[in-house]
Amino acid sequence: MKNNPVIKQTSFLLIPVILLFGLYVQFHGDYSPGGGFQAGVIFASGLILYALIEGQAKAEQVFSMRLARILSASGLLLYAGIGVASMFLGANFLDYNVLADDPLQGQHWGIFWVELGVGLTVTSVMLSIFYAFTNFK
Amino acid sequence: MEDIIIIFLLSLLAITAIAIIFMRNMLSVIMLGSIYSLLSAVIFVVLDAVDVAFTEAAVGAGISSVLFLSAFAVTGKRQVLKQKNKLIAFVTVSLTAAALIYATSDMPYVGDPNAPVQTHVAARYIEQSGSEVGIPNMVTAVLASYRGFDTLGEVAVVFTAMIAVLLLLLRREEEELDREK
Repeated sequence: MKNNPVIKQTSFLLIPVILLFGLYVQFHGDYSPGGGFQAGVIFASGLILYALIEGQAKAEQVFSMRLARILSASGLLLYAGIGVASMFLGANFLDYNVLADDPLQGQHWGIFWVELGVGLTVTSVMLSIFYAFTNFK
Repeated sequence: MEDIIIIFLLSLLAITAIAIIFMRNMLSVIMLGSIYSLLSAVIFVVLDAVDVAFTEAAVGAGISSVLFLSAFAVTGKRQVLKQKNKLIAFVTVSLTAAALIYATSDMPYVGDPNAPVQTHVAARYIEQSGSEVGIPNMVTAVLASYRGFDTLGEVAVVFTAMIAVLLLLLRREEEELDREK
């Protein structure tokens, strides 16, 4: 199946679009349906499609298992870090109002970074689980 | 008209669920499960819950099918039937179904303005999120700002799931390496 030219060409046509759509869902989640969870899953499925077509060795050159583990932890850390940052700035945990001079701007930044943390964690967790299954013999 | 669409979609859901029961080939079960998720996503769209529909389509129909497929590549593709304990299974399923059906009699109708979900904090989110959070997508405002703590917990759960899967699957790999030595 891997050498089927139709599947291969169609996938190569689709993968960039899937990845771009994942980024759109990630960064446009404030204005349209979507957010970190959905974006992470979409981005991961683009990479998984690449792994299925080109084999896992090539996929790990793009997004290695090690990178996935580091990013999954740092996404969660980024989320919690935003909460701690707002505590240091004198507000409650995860109260974004104090992150900028204007409370609304602070909310905007807080949501942006928090959603980015969610997206990073979800992408790399989905990939790690997929890698773990395909590596398992 | 909307009622007819919902009833049509819900009966398709029921048909898919019944089909899953009678399938023995796990590949078909995964595909039907994916279709089930996609139908649920369409129902959420009809109910105007686009964010939930998006998640259901991406997670339920998309990635979980892929993960199930890669799991079945490890475990084998056919369900092994056990003939024992059919009565216990039947009684358990019937009791659970009866309890669920009994519970629905207490539930408010969809869109009932006096339902607890409408009278508690929803009004605050709808009226104030524009001036308090200031982003157009109310769902994101609730998810990432008002309920930021819950979402942090969700991300932690996803992360924990990965740790659990890696612990289970990668330990085996290292044991094999030890055996080879």
